[in-house]
Amino acid sequence: MPRFSLRGIAVLYLLAVLLGPLAMVFYRAFERGAHPLWTSLTDPNTIHAFKLTLEITAIAVPINTVFGIVCALAIVRRRFPGAGIVNAIVDLPLALSPVVVGLMLFLLYGRTGWFGSFFQDHGIQILFATPAMVIATIFVSLPFVAREVVPTLRELGDEQEQAAHTLGASGWQTFWRVTLPSIRWAVVYGVVLTTARCLGEYGAVAVVSGHIEGKTETATLRVQDYYENFNQSGSYGIAIVLAAISVIVLLAMTLLRPKEGS
Amino acid sequence: MTTFLSVVVLLPIAALVWTSGKHGRHEFWTVVSAPEAVAALKLTLGAAVIVSALNAVLGTVTAWVLVRDDFAGKSLMNAVIDLPFALPTIVGGLTLLALYGPSSPLGVDIAFTRTAIVLALMFETLPFVVRTVQPVLLELDLESEEAARSLGAGEARVFRSIVLPNILPGILSGVALAFARAVGEIGSIVLISGNVPFKTEVAAVFVFNHIQSGDQNGASAVAVVMLLISFLLLLVIGGLRYLTTRHERHA
Amino acid sequence: MSIEVRNVSKRFGSFQALDDVSLDVDGGSLTALLGPSGSGKSTLLRIIAGLEHPDVGAIRLAGEDATVVAPQKRGVGFVFQHYAAFKHMTVRDNVAFGLKIRKQPKDAIEARVEELLQLVQLQGFGHRYPAQLSGGQRQRMALARALAPEPKVLLLDEPFGALDARVRAELRVWLRRLHDETHTTTVFVTHDQEEAMEVADSVVVMNDGRVEQVAGPRELYDAPANEFVMRFVGEAISFDGSLVRPHDLELSLEADESTREAQVERVVHLGFDVRAELVGDDGRPFVVQLTRDDAETLELEPGEIVFVRAKRSRQPA
Repeated sequence: MPRFSLRGIAVLYLLAVLLGPLAMVFYRAFERGAHPLWTSLTDPNTIHAFKLTLEITAIAVPINTVFGIVCALAIVRRRFPGAGIVNAIVDLPLALSPVVVGLMLFLLYGRTGWFGSFFQDHGIQILFATPAMVIATIFVSLPFVAREVVPTLRELGDEQEQAAHTLGASGWQTFWRVTLPSIRWAVVYGVVLTTARCLGEYGAVAVVSGHIEGKTETATLRVQDYYENFNQSGSYGIAIVLAAISVIVLLAMTLLRPKEGS
Repeated sequence: MTTFLSVVVLLPIAALVWTSGKHGRHEFWTVVSAPEAVAALKLTLGAAVIVSALNAVLGTVTAWVLVRDDFAGKSLMNAVIDLPFALPTIVGGLTLLALYGPSSPLGVDIAFTRTAIVLALMFETLPFVVRTVQPVLLELDLESEEAARSLGAGEARVFRSIVLPNILPGILSGVALAFARAVGEIGSIVLISGNVPFKTEVAAVFVFNHIQSGDQNGASAVAVVMLLISFLLLLVIGGLRYLTTRHERHA
Repeated sequence: MSIEVRNVSKRFGSFQALDDVSLDVDGGSLTALLGPSGSGKSTLLRIIAGLEHPDVGAIRLAGEDATVVAPQKRGVGFVFQHYAAFKHMTVRDNVAFGLKIRKQPKDAIEARVEELLQLVQLQGFGHRYPAQLSGGQRQRMALARALAPEPKVLLLDEPFGALDARVRAELRVWLRRLHDETHTTTVFVTHDQEEAMEVADSVVVMNDGRVEQVAGPRELYDAPANEFVMRFVGEAISFDGSLVRPHDLELSLEADESTREAQVERVVHLGFDVRAELVGDDGRPFVVQLTRDDAETLELEPGEIVFVRAKRSRQPA
């Protein structure tokens, strides 16, 4: 097929679906002037929403990083029956709707849920509070570190680790001095993907949070809130902040992306 | 690690499956075949099929251009592909509203239509096929294509007989991932589609609404169907991964 | 089918791969393009095949200009160093590919494929996939595939380069025999001078994008056109201001006006031949090759002083 027409199709496709709309967001954010934009962005509930998003991310990312590394090590290095199933379970959040995730947590921790009464008796609130949102975010961002580390670990082989053992290094020393440094870029890339996912989470937290303004609203939920209340500057304003963060994430992804092909 | 997985993943799944089956199979079937549920599922699956088919073609074309073509701005284009992965879904929906919604500079307004749903899904699933086909294209043995040409095959034949069979598994796994994503998507759709039952209400929105209204049975039933679809797609992706390595494992 | 290359030049970026190359290949001949990496030999072969286009110059096949003709239409068969097998097709389908393109009837295709598999001794392997074959078998399949549509020219790009020494030796003999049977004009590229000398009727020595000499193996060895050809085609020793072959140096225990003094450092026995490593009176090391008998007559030992002369002057022209 002639080069130009293929190239043209690809460029047009990206312009129409990605770049055009993104450019418009910036326009819309400033369309009604900088003042309403500023007011919405500095609104205490908005600031709280950003803070909450960051808090949840700050909890979920380290947990999933540790889990991802441990999981990858188990899948690749330890031949145990069911390694394939573990692999599949870890992949599940990628294929599952976040709303379904929210529902599942509802059924576990809601008032009529399996553990609902247990937590209620102890005065701990899970649903409609931060704990449920954290659990939901952990679930949906689970796979990324593991999926990046697994192929890297496989390619590395365990010869270096065996060498370390023969030189007297303990399991922990080997991990810290030999394994971790070899997988660090895969881990970093996985962390970048996990962070992006946590910052952008909507469906699951929408279900379990209750949308309580100033208490259980994340930045993404606030975007919806502003939009549905016809506050265009507010919703597009938060959107461009999130988009700006995404561009930084995108930069990090582009620079760190593992090289493909031989 | 297994405890962590069980608590975070397996337990919730168990809760969902149990709840949906709580009142027996007959009750489950009644709830699932309620007209609103069926409409939501049909719309979701239909949209997912359209989007997957479009992605198969457009994603492959984009991957081809990124691998085989060279032009100024190509690396920018390559970086931009991942934008839907990096951007929150609700912002994704908002960006499409900005250009194609009310008071659009282009004069169109697709808000509250099914087109909006397809468009939102195209945005969110754009990277999948591109990123699964790219590495396969990079690994292709160019000399096979030259050999085919030297044997008399025209360009279309070379693509059909030599390139396509080798990139097909890549295309299919990208399509499976895109399909899974499309079936479960909510963030990008919730603002742009209007969520009108029987018209623009997708399965995820159905589940959401029925949780809000306290109808846990209805929500669980449809959610279980979505869970099943996700499992099936995971199987397909795993199977494709197995198949792609089949050729190499013969030696 | 004869091949004429006329004033072909080709650049890749700042690298001049071919510089005004002209060449004639006789129909029915078996020609080697010999040279070091970067000499342009593969580029020239690919230009003949139509897989690359020259910046300047022309290619004529059987007298007709083919410079811009697509590779599909040139009637050339091409064999690649790394086989370029169609991994997703069976051996049979690989070999049949060119015939299926030409829409030949099924039974004709089957018969021809069977015939070719017999020719390359892969009968019984038709249903296998390339991944299940050894390197040598894959290359034989690639040859059968290239030969199937009865090309008028067969081009091979370092065809045995990826194979181990023994298989290489076998396939060399085999290629020669194949050519003797089919009489297809064959051109192959190699950096191995032994391979070129053993297999080809005519050798084209290339260096730095230019043709250094075109000659039969014997003439190339005995009458090299310049120092590069002499050194590339065999071992050459600098002796007394000129280049000679190690076996053209004579050792004796008596001095005379034509001899130079040298000390034996090491004597290496290679079966029939003996290599004596010597240091000349100017301090420079060199090698002399002689037969066992001669070495025994001289009773060569390390440390011994001997006298060296050139048997015949075989200097580059």
